[in-house]
Amino acid sequence: MTKYKIPGIKASEIAPRELFYARRRFMQWAGSASVAALLPGSVLAGDKLADVKTSSYTLPDKLTPLEDVTQYNNFYEFGTDKEDPAKNAGSLKTRPWTITAEGEVNKPKVFDIDELLKLAPLEERIYRLRCVEAWSMVVPWVGFSLAELIKRVEPTGNAKFVEFISLHDPEQMPGQKSSVLAWPYREGLRMDEAMHPLTLLTVGLYGEVLPNQNGAPVRIVIPWKYGFKSAKSIVRIRFVEKQPVSSWTQSAPSEYGFYSNVNPEVDHPRWSQAKERRLGEFLKRKTLPFNGYADQVAHLYSGMDLIQNF
Amino acid sequence: MKLKTLDARLVNRIKAGVFVLALIPLIKLGMGAYLDALGANPIEKITRTTGYWTLTFLLITLSATPFRRLLGWNWLIRLRRMLGLFAFFYGSLHFLTYLVLDQFFDWPGIVKDIVKRPYITVGFPSFILMIPLAITSTDRMIRRLGGQRWRWLHRLIYVSAVGGVVHYWWLVKKDITNPATFAVLLGILFGVRLIYWARGLVKSQAWPKDCLVIRVPMKRWRIFGRPV
Repeated sequence: MTKYKIPGIKASEIAPRELFYARRRFMQWAGSASVAALLPGSVLAGDKLADVKTSSYTLPDKLTPLEDVTQYNNFYEFGTDKEDPAKNAGSLKTRPWTITAEGEVNKPKVFDIDELLKLAPLEERIYRLRCVEAWSMVVPWVGFSLAELIKRVEPTGNAKFVEFISLHDPEQMPGQKSSVLAWPYREGLRMDEAMHPLTLLTVGLYGEVLPNQNGAPVRIVIPWKYGFKSAKSIVRIRFVEKQPVSSWTQSAPSEYGFYSNVNPEVDHPRWSQAKERRLGEFLKRKTLPFNGYADQVAHLYSGMDLIQNF
Repeated sequence: MKLKTLDARLVNRIKAGVFVLALIPLIKLGMGAYLDALGANPIEKITRTTGYWTLTFLLITLSATPFRRLLGWNWLIRLRRMLGLFAFFYGSLHFLTYLVLDQFFDWPGIVKDIVKRPYITVGFPSFILMIPLAITSTDRMIRRLGGQRWRWLHRLIYVSAVGGVVHYWWLVKKDITNPATFAVLLGILFGVRLIYWARGLVKSQAWPKDCLVIRVPMKRWRIFGRPV
């Protein structure tokens, strides 16, 4: 009697990794294309964004693969594990969507997301993203300077700070059923930081519509600050006189300051910020002051004690 | 089948089964590494997984004695050493991951971490304290030390377990669900021990005949006609 042999899978029958992902992306594309065909004019995650200009904001660094950028996220609205947002963000509905600009402005306005997409030419900008947890990525974002929006609503002289408020809807964002942070997620910038050309109102990455887990349909990206400053899925932009309190600062004031500029000299109370692990690299690299953007932004903080104002 | 008394051959089989089960986390990690399926930050994944299983095996080890006493399954004690060694094994992998993969022998960085980062300040000695326990886990070492001294030495596992849970608690950014679960389980295991210890203390009072303090309440019980 011959012994039973477990039927093995021949190596020739296993799809190579690239092909596997290519197929999967084709299926996703085909799926979204067929839905898009039914809903004319809709824009879905994964769709190519049209008319994206290349910009001078680029880096010699190697890009973090799309797969990692979209599968390793801190977005507590969808769970506290890095894999949670990619798994759970499907419940987020990005249409219809409006962004309200209000407060100390002459022309408060409610922007429809599709109107916002046409407010200024879309640019691709390659930025470093440094997380407060000491890892980093390099992401080709798509968007335009937040200043473009700010100019149109005409802030008054009283507008000293800008506050970003993210969507609060536990039905769409299941992570909000837990009180791990004070919802909605709030972040803020000083007016000059918000007006800085590097501060990007972001609607896409890798030339495509922003995936839900990366903060769809619109988020902010401030490349010289720790990642949590870059609020996601924004519904409200408030122009205010007093310095706003962000969700993270509220939860742990001694650990997450208002400025949160990337600074290798100032450690987080519980871990070092001197080095970081760039995803995909084995050895840690030295963290650069202002995440490598010191030439562009250091002057915003001249004369300030950056240890006090962490 | 009576679970209280199992014959030695069956216990050996259970032991072999547990040994294989205990290797599953390592096998899964190894396969994940081989297939490049550990996510965007594999080093973090390895660190987290080995740390998680170190704590889990510490708690499983510490539950052997309470379960034995509660259920009367004396054979559980025969698994305890192996479980403890698995805790040490995963702890060693966790430590080596930090040393090699995370820090890559950056000694000044490591010393700075131990001094400055509270969770490493606690975690490092918690692991180091497990080393003498692993070394003295052999039958020969038990005999050489003598039961009493060996038992005292091996109470260090309590320190390691508490230190391990604190280490986990202090390193998470915000969501403390996992460390809190470990803390509650450890609390229960300590609670059971405390109850047995307190009961033992009462029992070990041998009601000496010349002790008035104890005999008085005994008499009172009789007055009410209740058997003691």
